Amino acid sequence: MEPQQVDLTAPFGGRTLPNPLTTASGCAGYGRELAKFVPLDELGSVTTKTIMPYPRSGRATPRMAETPSGMLNSIGLQGAGVGHFVRNELPWLAERGARVLVSVAGERLEEFAEVAEQLNGQPGVIGIEVNISCPNVADRGLVFACNPATSYDVVRAVRRVADAELPVYAKLSPDVTSITEIAAACVQAGADGLSMINTTLGLAIDPVTMRPALAGTTGGLSGPAIRPIAVRCVHQVHAEMLAGRIPAVPILAMGGLRTGLDALEFALAGASGVAVGTTLFNDPAAPLRILDELRTELAARGFAKFTDAVGYAHRPATT
Amino acid sequence: MAHPVQTEAEVVESTPVGAYRRLVLRAPEAAPRVRPGHFATLAVGGSGSSMLLRRAFSIHRADPAAGTVELIIAEHGPGTRELVRSRVGDRLSLIAPLGTPFPVPEGPVSALLVAGGYGSAPLFGLAEQIKRRGGQVGFILGAATGARLFGVEQARALTQDVLVVTEDGSAGLTGRVTDVLAQAIKAIDATVVHACGPMPMLRAVTSIAEELGARCWTAVEESMACGVGICMTCVLPVVGEDGVSRFVRSCTDGPVFDGAKVRWADIGIVPADLEGAAAMGVKA
Repeated sequence: MEPQQVDLTAPFGGRTLPNPLTTASGCAGYGRELAKFVPLDELGSVTTKTIMPYPRSGRATPRMAETPSGMLNSIGLQGAGVGHFVRNELPWLAERGARVLVSVAGERLEEFAEVAEQLNGQPGVIGIEVNISCPNVADRGLVFACNPATSYDVVRAVRRVADAELPVYAKLSPDVTSITEIAAACVQAGADGLSMINTTLGLAIDPVTMRPALAGTTGGLSGPAIRPIAVRCVHQVHAEMLAGRIPAVPILAMGGLRTGLDALEFALAGASGVAVGTTLFNDPAAPLRILDELRTELAARGFAKFTDAVGYAHRPATT
Repeated sequence: MAHPVQTEAEVVESTPVGAYRRLVLRAPEAAPRVRPGHFATLAVGGSGSSMLLRRAFSIHRADPAAGTVELIIAEHGPGTRELVRSRVGDRLSLIAPLGTPFPVPEGPVSALLVAGGYGSAPLFGLAEQIKRRGGQVGFILGAATGARLFGVEQARALTQDVLVVTEDGSAGLTGRVTDVLAQAIKAIDATVVHACGPMPMLRAVTSIAEELGARCWTAVEESMACGVGICMTCVLPVVGEDGVSRFVRSCTDGPVFDGAKVRWADIGIVPADLEGAAAMGVKA
């Protein structure tokens, strides 16, 4: 099979996207800067930086430290708020033909719903990703995604106000005892899909100052260093779905995706979509390269369609 | 912001210059777009490198005819060490030009160009532009040691008003650029100062220039993960045109800022009057 014959289309909610690739939230801003390197309409979708109801300055600097095959960040959800996003950013994205998955968050339950509600009927929006797992909120002890009950409440509140045709994805943290338990709670609350994983909490010490390298002390670890954790989470949750213990919903995978082979690995583990994040900092033109590589990797293994590879690692052992 | 080009650029020259390394890269699409003050980033290692973050360097010079871009690299850690070791014929992932250039007034001005260490790299091209428009320039080049100065001869070829200052006295006067700044501004009646170097130096230069009524443009050095405006790590508090202070990105809103608008004393904290500080729980 020739790579160009491979069908990369991927279902998303009620629609079909040209391919399964999106950007990971917080790694592509609102798309404007990335558009200088990649035509946004050639991505399956564009996932925005997390949107909150009001402007947020984010944390003090230093906000970043490089680590082996990754980085720690402590941005703290800097943003101008949903009003600015809807007025100034979304129309620009829609004009360029971008299909936009909007990441939303709040400090409280009501704030998640408040942002989601303002996205109804807006141009370009194809879905909502509920960021219940950002480790950079003010009270780090209370990440919603660390508790099945709070995860359930937030997802339910967003699902209730969001337009019925907009799929609602819950973004999960790997920093939990049982990711399948949280996944189950989100699906029961009405999540149409699961995004996994957010960054995992880490810390680096500056050898010169001999204090934590980040102003926020801890930060979220991202990059290829965490890819095996992400693949494990996807595989575990997909396995529970196959076993019927969690209702089957699509999984959008992110965590250290760098190549087409990495995208294939996520698909084999059970992901119906994949997102490129920290890799964009190293190679902003990566999305088109990754799609080309993915076609090649699928063709080399005889997959005519991307969707045929989803969950393939779970097939029964043959003799 | 400039429209950047991402390219695999061949190293055509690699020469030591004092404590630094000068790399000339073939980048014919990027070269014509470069203005003084723009910067470039290089990726470290190949596509499987464990060092993911690009390293940022101000562009020393671009030659559109030759299709080349010149960077001055200082060895700071494992990433820059690897870049310094690149050989002629190697290919490096280059993104250029990035950021905002120094504003150059249309008419003739008297400008003082102030640099710490290899911060001087973009200032010679700027001096040429100012002179081409009928203006005059002076330089203050400072560094910890003589080996860490960059471009003293280039500066002398452009003007006779060149002051060299080193902290250890190994070249020129002993001291810091700020020790001679006020005197130098007065000597050439400078109405504008362009400064490039470490943050504490930029803060001090801005304050002296302001006192003497000179406009001060500063090219900041903040640590960056991406250099293209998507990671939000390189922010600093700056007063906007509407009078509201915000965290803005040094990579796309800068690196050149009006020094008077940068809240130097608040770098490293979230000041209470910053837009969105309340959402972080910061109270006045």
